[in-house]
Amino acid sequence: MSEVAVAVPRAAGSLRRLRARLSNPWRRPRLLALWGWLFVLWSLVPVAIAILFSFNAGRSRSVWQGFSLRWYFEDPDLSVLHDPVLSHAVLQSLKLAALTMLIATPIGVGLSIGLARWRGPASAAANLLMLLPLVTPEIVLASGLFLVFAHLYVVGGTRLFGTPAQLLGHVTWSIPYVVVVLRGRLFGIGKEYEEAAMDLGASPLQAMLRVVLPLLAPAIFAAFMIVFALSIDDFVTSQFLSSGEGSITIPMLIYGTGRTGENPSMNAVATVMLVLSLAAIGIAASVLRLVARRRGTPASAARELLRFEI
Amino acid sequence: MAGRASDDGGIEVLYPRGFWQALSAPGVLWLLALFVVPLYAIVATAAGRLDPIFGTSVPEWNPLYWQPDAFRFVLGDLAAPGGVFREVFLRTLGYVLAAVALSLAVGYPVAYYMARLGGRARSAFILLMVLPFWVSYLMRIFAWVNLLQPDGLVNRVLALTGIMEPQTWLDGRPMTVVLGLVYGWVPFLILPVFAALERIDAHLVESALDLGASPARAFLRVTLPLSAQGILAGTVIIMLPMFGDFYTAQLLGTQRNAMIGTLINFYLTQATVGPAQARGAALVIILAALVSALTIYYLVATARAARGAAR
Repeated sequence: MSEVAVAVPRAAGSLRRLRARLSNPWRRPRLLALWGWLFVLWSLVPVAIAILFSFNAGRSRSVWQGFSLRWYFEDPDLSVLHDPVLSHAVLQSLKLAALTMLIATPIGVGLSIGLARWRGPASAAANLLMLLPLVTPEIVLASGLFLVFAHLYVVGGTRLFGTPAQLLGHVTWSIPYVVVVLRGRLFGIGKEYEEAAMDLGASPLQAMLRVVLPLLAPAIFAAFMIVFALSIDDFVTSQFLSSGEGSITIPMLIYGTGRTGENPSMNAVATVMLVLSLAAIGIAASVLRLVARRRGTPASAARELLRFEI
Repeated sequence: MAGRASDDGGIEVLYPRGFWQALSAPGVLWLLALFVVPLYAIVATAAGRLDPIFGTSVPEWNPLYWQPDAFRFVLGDLAAPGGVFREVFLRTLGYVLAAVALSLAVGYPVAYYMARLGGRARSAFILLMVLPFWVSYLMRIFAWVNLLQPDGLVNRVLALTGIMEPQTWLDGRPMTVVLGLVYGWVPFLILPVFAALERIDAHLVESALDLGASPARAFLRVTLPLSAQGILAGTVIIMLPMFGDFYTAQLLGTQRNAMIGTLINFYLTQATVGPAQARGAALVIILAALVSALTIYYLVATARAARGAAR
């Protein structure tokens, strides 16, 4: 009885204190901070665990059995290096990403410079055409590409499904990203340098090649890396345009066997993919950051990464 | 736009005629051939005819000969109680709405926290927030396949702490797929909401508080309405890919969790019998219409808000 009598005012006191604390708008947002950092944990820990278990010595996906590189090189049958399906998927992903990068970036650079200067109604239409793929769900574009490769773009009776179709598809939705990455830099440079070059006697072509392109070089390099990462991570386009066995990429492998795959070599393959795309993006962000710093504008790698979105 | 307009002083005139058009041409032609034509091919296939010998779908490129059969079939199935398409369509709608609501509930406070942070902590937090963008979606979902196995870490933790009985998470329960969608897409919602919250002038909230509003009221009447554009942008940005998603359900669910994307993937690229492809194409058009309606609503709302702000 007396315990309750003591407990009630104490509870009321702590309630009052709690209310006072909650109604103070300048309090430290502890709950919010907890929520924020818990979210970060929730968002990153599962991936970290998948990476960790790719180094597991045993087969288990949940019990740690010691560190090894078994699933990368050492296992003679099941490792990424020795399982023909896994190593082929890595090669296919790399091949597609490298070729996409080499084709999409020059086309996108031309389009971005052209669209920035070309005036008139046709230019507005071209600009819209460039922006539309960015708001088109990938499954819609992939469906359309599947249909044209099935019925229309058939070369000499053979269909292009497999690497050629996948490559054409990847390039298609990479072009707008290149334009978006370059556009910011292009408007930042302005026309003064070109004008100065021409005043000094450069021909238009010389001004373009020797002044504008070198000024754009860091952004072009970043575009290369971004396109590489986008292509490595792509799933829907690769899946819709594949020809089966021979053109399986890493994401397709995860889609096809992730549910049933028993051994951690899947984790190892996924980790390879993660390292490839994060390395590309990390390099791109560092280059842009370095250039921004040299120009005297403060920029963080995180800010540069943010700019890549949308 | 920076730079000068192309009056007489513009440097565009110094370049040969057609220079900019020539620079743009490869990109424009590429997008015409591999973006516009494919979109047209979807309509042409949905409204196409059947091959007289094989009985399979063939696109009809001439609009004069378009047939509404596949559309009629798909729309009829969507309207009929018990139709397969209807069931899948309603399930997709339910999953997406649940996932968007959960994403907002999870993501808004995170964006709010991010906007309040300053200095180094903020840069670090933003970096950690942006990391998942560059990890393949498939890998992030696959990470959960590991964790949710019957003998996976989630069940181990549950058994150890006794919070809950170990579950068979991957047996086709909608909750797993919805949580997977939230996990996959919520970073894409947080950034636009963060951008909107960051722009809010802190003085406005302070004035509300000075004028006697409780913190909750100040939040509901000032902060929340001012971040509405960000919420709208984030919601639309994550809804677009969610409606076409079929891999999350594949990795975290069973046949019972099939979504519209699952049907499109199957009818369009795998089933080659009879009018399957035309029906798949009709489904793509219905999905695209839904998604375009969302995008247009977003653009109109944003334009209206911009006009309101300019006034």
